[in-house]
Amino acid sequence: MAKSDLKIDIRTSPYIRKAPTVAQIMRNVVYALVPLVIYAVYQFGISALALVIITTLSCMLTEHFFCKMSAKKSTITDASAVITGLLLAMTLPPGFPLWMGAIAGFTAIAMGKTLFGGLGFNVFNPALVGRAFIQAAFPVSITTWTPALATDRFVEFIPSTLALPFMKPLPTADWTAQVALDGFSGATPLALMKFQGIMTDTYDLFFGTIAGSTGETSSLLILICGFYLVYRKMLDWRIPAAVLFGTAISAEFFYFMDPTKYPSPGFMVCSGGLMFAAVFMASDMVASPVTPLGIFVFGCLVGFLTVIIRLFGGLTEAVMYAILFGNAATPLIESYTQPRIYGARKQAKDK
Amino acid sequence: MDLFKLFKKNTFSHGIHLDEYKDETNAKTTRRLPFAPELTLPLSQNTGKPAKAIVHKGQQVTRGEIIAVADGFMSVPLHSPVTGTIKAIDIAKTAEGGKQPAIIITTALSSGQHLLTSDIRNDYLQISREELIQAVQNTGMVGLGGAAFPSHVKMKIPADTNIHTVLINGCECEPFMTTDHRVMLERVEQLLHGIRIAMKCVAAPKAIIGIEDNKLDVLHAIEPHLPTDGSITIKAIITKYPQGAQKMLAYALLGIEIPSGQRSSSVGLAIFNVATLAKIGALLPANQGLIERIVTITGDNIAHPGNYLIPFGTPLSFLLEHVGFKGEEASLILGGPMMGMAVRSLDMPTTKATGTVLILDERATKRDDILPCIKCSRCLQACPIHLNPSELGLLAAQRQYDVMEEKYHLKDCFECGCCSYVCPSNIPLVQYFRIAKVLNRERHLQDG
Repeated sequence: MAKSDLKIDIRTSPYIRKAPTVAQIMRNVVYALVPLVIYAVYQFGISALALVIITTLSCMLTEHFFCKMSAKKSTITDASAVITGLLLAMTLPPGFPLWMGAIAGFTAIAMGKTLFGGLGFNVFNPALVGRAFIQAAFPVSITTWTPALATDRFVEFIPSTLALPFMKPLPTADWTAQVALDGFSGATPLALMKFQGIMTDTYDLFFGTIAGSTGETSSLLILICGFYLVYRKMLDWRIPAAVLFGTAISAEFFYFMDPTKYPSPGFMVCSGGLMFAAVFMASDMVASPVTPLGIFVFGCLVGFLTVIIRLFGGLTEAVMYAILFGNAATPLIESYTQPRIYGARKQAKDK
Repeated sequence: MDLFKLFKKNTFSHGIHLDEYKDETNAKTTRRLPFAPELTLPLSQNTGKPAKAIVHKGQQVTRGEIIAVADGFMSVPLHSPVTGTIKAIDIAKTAEGGKQPAIIITTALSSGQHLLTSDIRNDYLQISREELIQAVQNTGMVGLGGAAFPSHVKMKIPADTNIHTVLINGCECEPFMTTDHRVMLERVEQLLHGIRIAMKCVAAPKAIIGIEDNKLDVLHAIEPHLPTDGSITIKAIITKYPQGAQKMLAYALLGIEIPSGQRSSSVGLAIFNVATLAKIGALLPANQGLIERIVTITGDNIAHPGNYLIPFGTPLSFLLEHVGFKGEEASLILGGPMMGMAVRSLDMPTTKATGTVLILDERATKRDDILPCIKCSRCLQACPIHLNPSELGLLAAQRQYDVMEEKYHLKDCFECGCCSYVCPSNIPLVQYFRIAKVLNRERHLQDG
């Protein structure tokens, strides 16, 4: 071997690495969301499919556009924008006007992500930022629910879906009355609970045979998808667990005080997209704490705020605000929950 | 009673599971390579002060003869690894970086390379602790685990400190490395001698050999030779990186945490590498000096990977030629793939600190883009010290080195590299921390 032939590469240790790439992690989240998208399309038909496509495209194009604007390499391939688009669609009503969906996607990326500096720097979950924005902009459309499993759902759009931009969406009441199976009130289980004091059966909540946002109706399916991510080690299971724990404990407190007035923890955990939010929203790595104790505190805070807003607030979209508050509190939580390092306690004792 | 201790497994918390890559060499008996025609021996091969040369150009030296003497307590002498002629005392490139004075010896190829011998002493356990420690220093012994810390300094325990246990580190947790494994299989008697010497030096009544459970053959090889009084025991602990770190070993074997910023002696422990004690056990009775060590040569594109007995000062190019290395582009690493050091040129010699020569091709030379931290918390779950590498990395990017040290315990990082290993964003975290530590040290020096 001639010495001069060898090209020596100099770098620093460690020389071996084994980790899923960011893109791999993101892609796995997308895979985990696919069954939910399929179920949503099965439940709500082509309207749901159109909505998913529109929000996802909107997010991806926005991301690409801003990368080009700032002369950066496009980050569209890391799939994080796809996740935001899918998550967003899953939290919107199935008959949500498509043009509003496009705006939601744009806001999510533009205000929720790019504004903070892109992937890794966002303080809030971008999908929730997008949703919070349109919650304020289009309060009627975002609370207009349509029944699941309508007969013509695969051949016909829900009328509101195709509303023209900046026009008032067509009222869906007539359409709903026409396709509703039996006495569909257009209300979600949470609204029924809140405004009429009617409890939906936890069984229905669990299997998702109810009205609700596009992809958050079946707790069971969400759990399965969540387990897939945990199994692939792409999801920190402690975050959803902490959120569910926080919700259940807070709900149990009120339920214990007055079971006739307040819903059971089971209802609380399975309704209103909490399961979806716990598994896919709260667990947004970038906007949630990294410290073990911090994760627990964050989850409990989100769960507690959800229950409080649901029981005493004027809106039903509690978990969205709870997570946004949790995201905002994350830096503070983290700074107070740094892990005890090896050898630190003993030192404290010595002093 | 501490309930957690009841369920405690024989390991530390966090850390990572690595692919081992040890099968290439761990079953290969140690063999001797031919002597290189010319050896380069840097005078500084140990932590502490370099040795002082006592030979001159043209002088004939015999294998095992002292060619440089210790310069103070934090220093060890240097013995000639070959019989030959002093070619020069000159400045030479070393793997540790930079150029240093070195003794260059031309090997007498006609010589049989007989080792300078003296009478075997069997009374070394009867002499006083001070004499014994002096004898250890005379052998030129340094820790063979990689840091090359003079062994006799480690054995000199402060008067107010009581050592209850000697821990012998046989974990060898880095991938590819198999020298300690071979030592434990091939040098059991010498190892036990060495352990007794160490126990005597630090006045410890007990010793525990800790091995990882991927080396159970060692357990079977050593167990029959252990003394029946139970003073020396061997224990298998779970295979995990960085199990071989002192702090991790102390916790895995005894459940003891070495307090932050303190030495292992503060909790009554003296920790030695197995290869070090085995070598002491061989050198001390024969009154010889440290002139060679077992080196694992392994990695990609090597025809004969294995464990070789190699005299210090052997050029890397000579080694690679003899193990049949064929390749064009590679990372050349002294040490393991997690904590080893990349070298720039094949002209460099092996030293007392060289235990592994590792060659990695694409595995190490492939470069990926560094992406922003997505706070996935994998690094937190890997850090054996329970630091927050994610936060430390963000602070390093903002050059807030003082905050890293004051609030986030930067000093406790021992640079095992677990955080970099698991980072999906390819952030060279441990490199950031090294830089931050150096800059902090400089700042403190300036501040006085």
